[in-house]
Amino acid sequence: MKAIFTHELKSYFHSMTAYVFAAFLLCFVGLGAMIYNLEAAVSNFEYVLSFGCLVFVVIVPVLTMRVLAEEKRQRTDQLLYSLPVSTTEVILGKYAALIVLYLIPLAVISIYPLIFAQFGEVYLPTSYGSIFAFFLLGAALLAVGMFISSLTENQGLAAGIGIAVILFNYYSVSLSEYVSSPALGSLIALLVLICAVALIIKVLTGSGSLAYWVGMGLAAALLVVYLVTGESFEGLLPDIMSALSLFERFYVFVNGIFDLKAVVFYLSVIVFFLFLSVQSLEKRRYN
Amino acid sequence: MLQVEHLTKCYGTVTAVDDLSFEIGEGSVYGFLGPNGAGKSTTMNIMTGCLSATSGSVKISGYDVYESPREAKRLLGYLPEQPPLYLGETPLEYLRFVGEAKGLRGGELRRQIEDVIEETRIGDMRSRRISALSKGYRQRVGIAQALLGSPEAIILDEPTVGLDPLQIVEIRELIASLGKSRTVLISSHILSEVQNMCSKILIIAHGRLVAFDEPAKLEERLSSPGEITVTAETDAAAAKSLIDGVEGVKSSAVESDTPERSVLTVSVGQRDVYEVSKGIFLAFAHSGFALSGLAVKKANLEDIFLELTEGEEAAE
Repeated sequence: MKAIFTHELKSYFHSMTAYVFAAFLLCFVGLGAMIYNLEAAVSNFEYVLSFGCLVFVVIVPVLTMRVLAEEKRQRTDQLLYSLPVSTTEVILGKYAALIVLYLIPLAVISIYPLIFAQFGEVYLPTSYGSIFAFFLLGAALLAVGMFISSLTENQGLAAGIGIAVILFNYYSVSLSEYVSSPALGSLIALLVLICAVALIIKVLTGSGSLAYWVGMGLAAALLVVYLVTGESFEGLLPDIMSALSLFERFYVFVNGIFDLKAVVFYLSVIVFFLFLSVQSLEKRRYN
Repeated sequence: MLQVEHLTKCYGTVTAVDDLSFEIGEGSVYGFLGPNGAGKSTTMNIMTGCLSATSGSVKISGYDVYESPREAKRLLGYLPEQPPLYLGETPLEYLRFVGEAKGLRGGELRRQIEDVIEETRIGDMRSRRISALSKGYRQRVGIAQALLGSPEAIILDEPTVGLDPLQIVEIRELIASLGKSRTVLISSHILSEVQNMCSKILIIAHGRLVAFDEPAKLEERLSSPGEITVTAETDAAAAKSLIDGVEGVKSSAVESDTPERSVLTVSVGQRDVYEVSKGIFLAFAHSGFALSGLAVKKANLEDIFLELTEGEEAAE
């Protein structure tokens, strides 16, 4: 795993990716700090992060698009399979490299609240709590991006899907306010979600019948629940959309609450998507 | 050393490898021969753990590739058909990564890297980017990668494809030298290539093993196609009458005919083709006509395949 990790990290510094990623993040957060902390003279650094998290929509896909897609395109994945290294180690090594790469600009950002504290009152616990949540948010998005990269051998496609997914996640709460809340609307939306899950199962396992039966099973269960307690479906879709939003949980920290539930949520998302990435890599052997 | 047992691989309804079993001992070079699409790459990918088998097992020195992959893969070096190179790196960086992934550290890692660089003769290129290297050198870097970790067996998938003639000769020499101390399995669809390098040849067709023997014995096993091409310094009619008088000649056909020179193809019956060609030579010598060409047509891969696969079908 260590070999994969160091190799991956070196390759980011070989290309411009590491520098572009760090530059973008620092530039965006710097801009936020200038607007909020310097121009508007607000002492809350967490607002800067809340402003800055939009940058993930661009920088996460840029960083993760090639991580597995490029291995597949260059056929270097065959080398990884033939080495005495397990797929789990490959994924963990690559993910660790992404995290280290992300921690470098974050370490620079962590100095900002201390600098501002020299010139006024800064409530440091909220600032650092938010930086911690900012780290978890980014780490979760990197895991999502890595999984998307494992699905294709086309970097561009991986980046495109990544941007779409993160953008949707970013706006899902605002969107959920416009989503109709009647029970039938929620039911239809959930059926669409089930179709998406079935599609992912098909892509991952390559088995059409398994995806079909899982999808049908879930849909049947959903219909039964709907027929029994239809009223509980009211307002369900907006609730689900905000519950799945990675960004929404980050704002809780910005508001000054250290939410352990959110920490667990982020860690679960990371583990889940790393698991999916391992499965996706394993699946390539079974095509 | 390498044990393949009842290996089967299906892609949907297509069976790429069909109940393939063979065993390879230690030392020397083995050839894995088959036409395109016979299942060579699929078999090699399964043997090295890059692909899963539908059923069957692969064991390397007793370690199953799927049940104890770490131990099995340590004993193997693999060069896939397309060398798995990171083009943005130099051979030195690339080899360091592969060595570390194979569990080499510190001085041992440095020593082995120097050894394989020397063995594959890529010393002058060690600090150039792989993307700037020629195909032959990239192939060498790929082989160097497979040699790291001193594996007992090395599997090379069509190592000479796409190289120019000079590079092919160099790579063949390299493979022959590798076979002195290790087991090497190379795949190819060119018979002559495998014939020269390998001490034993496996032939597969349609995913099945049709022959596994030493090159010389394989040739013996095949009934020769029994054809001789004769170029005579006389017109066709005279040449034909001479040839048809030789014992063992079944028939002869005129390929080209001028008063000064004619070319005929002679078909031989059950007799030894070399005996018959000797007879033709003597017949011409006695008659005083000159022979400017006498060539026994050798069995080529196509003939071997046709014969072996037809034999297979007949056996069913």
